[in-house]
Amino acid sequence: MQCPKCHAAMHTYNRNGVQIEQCSGCRGIFLDYGELEALTRLESQWVQPAPPAPQAPQAYPAQPAPAAPAWGAPQHGGHHGGGHYRQRGFGRMLFSS
Amino acid sequence: MDSTARPPLDRLAALASAAAHRPGAPCRCANGAVGVLADRDDGTVVRHGRLVAKAHAPGTDPEAHRARLALAAHPDVAGVFLPPLPPPPAPAPDELDGRPVTVWPYGPSVDPADPDAAPWEEAARLLALLHRTPPPPLGADRLPEMRAPVKAALAVDRMRRTAPGHPALATVLAAWRSLPDPAPAAPRMLCHGDFHLGQLVRAPAGEPADGAGPAHTGPWRLIDIDDSGLGDPAWDLARPAAWFAAGILPPEVWSRFLGAYQEAGGPALGADPWLRLDVPARALTVQTAALALAKSTAEGRPLDEVEGVMIDTCARIAAQRTDRGASASA
Repeated sequence: MQCPKCHAAMHTYNRNGVQIEQCSGCRGIFLDYGELEALTRLESQWVQPAPPAPQAPQAYPAQPAPAAPAWGAPQHGGHHGGGHYRQRGFGRMLFSS
Repeated sequence: MDSTARPPLDRLAALASAAAHRPGAPCRCANGAVGVLADRDDGTVVRHGRLVAKAHAPGTDPEAHRARLALAAHPDVAGVFLPPLPPPPAPAPDELDGRPVTVWPYGPSVDPADPDAAPWEEAARLLALLHRTPPPPLGADRLPEMRAPVKAALAVDRMRRTAPGHPALATVLAAWRSLPDPAPAAPRMLCHGDFHLGQLVRAPAGEPADGAGPAHTGPWRLIDIDDSGLGDPAWDLARPAAWFAAGILPPEVWSRFLGAYQEAGGPALGADPWLRLDVPARALTVQTAALALAKSTAEGRPLDEVEGVMIDTCARIAAQRTDRGASASA
């Protein structure tokens, strides 16, 4: 599929069970019918219960999340970043990129 | 035989062999211990047994290079930098096509396949120790500026030159324009200038036999002097900071790195680390994104997912500046 704005290829990602298409060029996002509603529903599920500090690994004592800049990624503390790190991100930390 | 007619890689390999063995001594180095470790724009590294020879980048400033080499050899930073080995005896050259050549002990680097084993704390302690070391007197050599800010600017230039039509160019440039010029005043300390996990190797534990593989169980040390010098030490922490802010380096790993740096008395940051990290981390995000556009364009491929994350981060950097500008003018 091609981006309607810049005509670069669009790649499909799965975010919490919702398929989204993101442009490899301008990073724009395309949502199919109903997907925005699905994302909104998921968001409210995340926000509503607000379980007390879902700190993950038991190896580390529960710590407050480290400070991040205002322009930092919104998903801090989630599994999202960890997935990037293991799959492809870590290798990038070994090079002068 | 006209040695200059041989390819530079062959001549560098011959130089490494000459440095590794006494004249006339046979080479008994295992096949796997001889070969090219890196061949990039910024340097070529060839291993021969217990050592490596490096041909530094074309255009390396000879005076600055001498000072940086003297720094790495200085006893004051012996616990931080891997010290250079003596150059091979004449007739081996100390340069190749005008590129300075240096010789170093070989040490294994961080395993890309094992993120859990990455020595984040050791890296942080080495940087803290480097930043705390008063710049040693280097005789006639004057220590140059560290090059991290220059490298960010060079990456943006390269992107402008080689990826002018890329749809994400405007986003990266907008993030670049958010950086203050000139950079805010900061203390001047000893810096590595291009720190990332690939700049660590394990030093040899003891005196290796000629050509034999020594036990590489020594301590981690920093390598690559080419960007080192005096400057704002926050830049040495900026690459991991940028990866963390982009959401790629997990928060707990960033906390370990930052905590180890502060525990070791690292002087780069105050009580609020992002006060000093903000500008260099934004610059490193832009640098990484700019090189991603340049490289993906050169290779005729789309951005991969990690590269895309860096562009998205640039978009947030640019948007944040716009927000601030809008509220300031309101």
